[in-house]
Amino acid sequence: MNETAHIEHRDYAAAKLGMWLFLFTEILLFGGMFLVYAEYRQLNTAAFHEAGREMNIFIGAANTVILLTSSLTMALAISAIKKGMKIRSLLFQAATVLLGLGFLVNKYFEWSDHIRKGLYPDSPVLLAMSHGKILFFGLYYVMTGIHALHVIIGLSVIIFMFALTLRGNISDTDYVKLENTGLFWHIVDIIWIYLFPLFYLIL
Amino acid sequence: MEENASHHVATKTFVFVWIALLCLTGLTIKAAQMQMGEWSMVANIAIASVKASLVLWFFMHLKYEKRLFKLLLFVPIMTISIIIVLTFFDIWYR
Repeated sequence: MNETAHIEHRDYAAAKLGMWLFLFTEILLFGGMFLVYAEYRQLNTAAFHEAGREMNIFIGAANTVILLTSSLTMALAISAIKKGMKIRSLLFQAATVLLGLGFLVNKYFEWSDHIRKGLYPDSPVLLAMSHGKILFFGLYYVMTGIHALHVIIGLSVIIFMFALTLRGNISDTDYVKLENTGLFWHIVDIIWIYLFPLFYLIL
Repeated sequence: MEENASHHVATKTFVFVWIALLCLTGLTIKAAQMQMGEWSMVANIAIASVKASLVLWFFMHLKYEKRLFKLLLFVPIMTISIIIVLTFFDIWYR
């Protein structure tokens, strides 16, 4: 009867622009923390290098490889859905989730190891250390913690997108939701690309 | 090339970018182990920026987006850069 009522109004460019604007606020959020890191490192260079030796490069490198690979699977999930390959897209989305979970499992072991050694905020062991080392571990927990929170949020959104793809809500004609989720996942990857050298590679 | 949202990127391209990212990760660890003092840091940040650019350009599809998106990205990057540089002038010359 009323055909115009069924026309969906979509604005692809605006949807993406909105996502990018949000990502800019994320860049500024982490940028502020990078600034604090840079200043404190400049003022406590020796202590930062000493504290950096407590880091497990192997776990850091493994997590870098995991996140880079998850970015690849996310990009492939998006190109699959664009070509109409639903199953392939779902598999790549699932792979991305598994890799993200792997990242968090590593993070869990890493943090438990630090906590076992008494290196956690306000611990007696840490408070007995120099001012610079306290700052290093404070920044380490805040920055990798907020990053891990982003990983958890990203994973939740990807799982939601998985369900939408399964139901056909995301398809080769409407995939901007999945693309925007991908953009978020990639920005989380980019932040880790900077966190890795800042905390694990100060020798 | 048409600035087209539905532009298909070949799987091969993504895999090459991924391999490049892994190689750069290896390189950044090597650079850190070379004990070049603060120059290791400079090298590591430079390598990280190359990696971030690869992710932005290919994985985040920026290469195929409208020019508006590329230009807008300069706003947060320049903001952060200006704030960091000005802060360091304060640290160095106070």
